Parts: sequence; structure tokens; C-alpha cells
Amino acid sequence: MNVPDDLLYTDSHEWVRREGDKVRVGITDHAQAELTDVVYVELPKVGATYEARGTIAVVESVKAASDIYAPAKGTVLEINRDLESNPALINSDPYGEGWIYVLQVENAEELKQLKDAAAYKAAIG
Amino acid sequence: MSEPAEKRTPLYDEHIRLGAKIVPFGGWLMPVQYSSIREEHEAVRTSLGVFDISHMGELVVSGAAAGEWLNTMLTNNLARLEAGMGQYTFLLNDEAGVIDDLIVYRIENEKFLLVVNASRIEEDFAWLQSHLAADVRLENQSAQFAGLAIQGPKIGEFFLAMFGTDKKLPERNRIASFEHDGPKIWVARTGYTGEDGIEMFFPAQDAPRIWNQVLEKGKSLGIRPSGLGARDTLRLEMCFPLNGSDLSPAHNPLEAGLGFFVDLTKPNFIGREKLQREKEAGLSRRLIPFRMKGKSPPPRPHYRVFRNGTEAGELTSGTLSPSLNYGIGMVYLTTPLPKPGDEIEIEIRGQKFPAVIEKKPLYKKLS
Repeated sequence: MNVPDDLLYTDSHEWVRREGDKVRVGITDHAQAELTDVVYVELPKVGATYEARGTIAVVESVKAASDIYAPAKGTVLEINRDLESNPALINSDPYGEGWIYVLQVENAEELKQLKDAAAYKAAIG
Repeated sequence: MSEPAEKRTPLYDEHIRLGAKIVPFGGWLMPVQYSSIREEHEAVRTSLGVFDISHMGELVVSGAAAGEWLNTMLTNNLARLEAGMGQYTFLLNDEAGVIDDLIVYRIENEKFLLVVNASRIEEDFAWLQSHLAADVRLENQSAQFAGLAIQGPKIGEFFLAMFGTDKKLPERNRIASFEHDGPKIWVARTGYTGEDGIEMFFPAQDAPRIWNQVLEKGKSLGIRPSGLGARDTLRLEMCFPLNGSDLSPAHNPLEAGLGFFVDLTKPNFIGREKLQREKEAGLSRRLIPFRMKGKSPPPRPHYRVFRNGTEAGELTSGTLSPSLNYGIGMVYLTTPLPKPGDEIEIEIRGQKFPAVIEKKPLYKKLS
């Protein structure tokens, strides 16, 4: 399973890339492999504010709908509209073209609770 | 009190070895998918898929009066069934509610094989037992049998590769038995996918060997082990009902749109009077297939349905159709019954999405 060293990770299998005081978020390679065949992504609303660990998006496979959680409290700056026409980008390139949204984090301290790559690797076995 | 442990089919270890994701289903631990529901679905529509159906039940009814008695227990007409043929039929309660939908095969003149849903084996058996007539023998042979469904357009080539030229692929809805490397196996030209295919039943202890032989003989034809996920999308594209979802004791087969498998000209079977009255009075509700109209999340069971802004029921089935690439489903709607082309709305996470009533099947094979 691909777990890039330069990213942070949540217990709920989102990856978080720090870009200054913003973060770019998607779901991990492990998560996409577990879900398989992503067929629909419900994106967050640009400008909306979400609480840490609140539901911010929904990723649906043929079999099930899975909630995606915000890694920290913040406001959505950008969403990946390519996922509307091609949700399978989450399967084919989870850390690249499969990103889901960019969040303006309110308090960067909150990100310190996230796992680094080694800890996430250990968590998924 | 703890839940009873979920059962494993004789192929459980094979599924694990192939990396299947396992889910509980009808009291059994079953593979929902091996790699990808989409790919498994596609394999069945274009080449071949093999499903473990060992969880399904096998009841055997025999004796001089077996046919006559069974014909009072089931809705379809067994008098039309010659030895070596099978028919889809229903087991109803006194109120004409569906206990189970099943296929009954007349395997000998006075011997019948009933292949029933996994979650209903005990209930079916108890119901039949409590109505049993003299000179009829009823046996639950579910534990002795394992089963595979091999489905897809390449079934003819597969059958030849698996059984050679001296065995003949049964005609549609027919069943035959022969010895294969020792054990006797039953092969029926039936299925639950809308594709050509067979269902095989054989002694449980032979299951791993036969499963691996099927995968090996089908390899060059592109056979894929396929799970319950693909089984559900395949059957729903055809509008085949799933018992426990689209069928239940609260629904009768006429409402489910399956009157073709109910012979009201038979003088006597359990549920007949109720169905006759309902048919004369006109159906007050009906299981209706629909498709999502525009872009939407996949519809799923229990999502609420609205007609003209008013709540009208909830989905009994729903999924993204891998063949059609849009959402499809079924819902019971009441009178005035909608017509194909009418619009309804499906509520998904608080938002209503437009859908349109369709005719069945939802997926029509290009020929």
C-alpha cells in the first residue's frame, strides 16, 4: 500500500498535505482499495465551514456510501470538480488527481494530532 | 444471549485465499467481492463469472403423492413440469404473503429438488413440514450440497471445457445429473443474472476441488470469481426480486409483478383465494422499476420516494447499474399506479433527485 512520507493521515483514512496554512485532502490508497470502484463523490461546498471530524464529503462505491471527515476545523477554499465527471480518479490516483478539497485551517495546532506516515502504516498493518 | 455464529460455506477458505471481502448475508459469511464489483459484473455480462451459491438451501420432496401435494404448496403449476425441468415459483403463507421464492426442479417423476434462499431454509422446511401429506417425504439436504452458479455468454464453451463432448448442456430451465470425476452433480440451465448460464449442485465435500477446476477450465474464457455485490447489480438490472428486500410476507407475487409464476387456474394452493380476490379487485400497489434521470448519487435500499411532492414509500432495492452507468432501483407504489415515463423523486441525504419510471427489465441485452 502506498503511504507517502510527506503527508499526514487521519484515523479515518484521509490524507492531508500541508500547503502553507491550507491543507489539501483526499483518501488514502488503503481507503480507495477498501472501497473499490468509486462511482460518486459528494463534494463539500466552497466557502462552507466544517468542524474537525465532521462529515465534509461522501465517497460512494457500488456497494456503499462512506463519509469523509474534516481533519481540522476550517473553511473550504477549493473542490476537485473533476471528480464529478470522473470519480474513479480516487482509485487511479488517490494522492494526486484524486484529491477532494482544499481547506483553510482555522487553527494549525489541530493538525498536530494527525498521524505521520510511519504511524499510519502501523495502523493499517 | 449471543447471536448464532454465522455459517461458512465449504468454499470459505478459497474465498479468503483469493482475497475476497467477506460480509454476513442471510446467516452466512459470503464474499461480497473479490477485486471489483464492476469488473465482476462486466465479466458476467461479457464472458463468465462463477458464484458460490452453497449457502442456498436444497429441499428434496419425494413420494407417490409428492407432485400433487407440492402443487398445493407452490404457486406455479407443477403439472406442466416434466421430469428434468425446473420452474420459478413461490411459497406463500395463508395471506398470500411471500415466504420464499424458489426454483423447483422435477428431478424424477416423483422426486423434486427445491432450491431456496439461504435465510429461509428453516422457515420453508417448517412450513412444508407442518402441511405435509401422507406418502410424501420431505428432506432438508442443504448441508450435504454445495453449489456454484456459472453465468455468462461463454457458458457453452465453458461446459465443453469442463465436461467434454460426451455430456450435453441442458436446455434452458432444464436440469440433468451425471457423474463427474466421481461424485454425481446436478447441472441446471438457470440463474439469477439475466445471462445464459448454469447452476451446479454437488456433494459439499467436493466443493473446493470443483471450484478450482471451474476456475482452471474457465481461465482462458476470462472467468472471474464473483461475489454477492455483482450478483445484486446483475439481478437488479433484470428486475429479479431479492427476497427479504423486494419480497416479504407483507407482499404478494402479483404486487411484485410476478403473476406469470402464479397459476390461478389451479383449483387449490395456499394463498390462492386471497390472490384471486386481489386480482378481481385490482392491485392496490405494485413493485415499480425506475432509473435516475440526471446525475445523482446511487439510490440505495430504504431511501425515501416522493410522488408529486408527497412521500410515497421507500426503495426496496437500489444501486448504480454498472452496465448502464446510472442509478436504478425498485419501489412499491400505490394507486394510481404510475406508468413508464412518469417522474418520481428519490431523497438522498436530504436532497431530492429526479427519477423516471421504467419498464422491466432495466437492462436489455444488445443482440
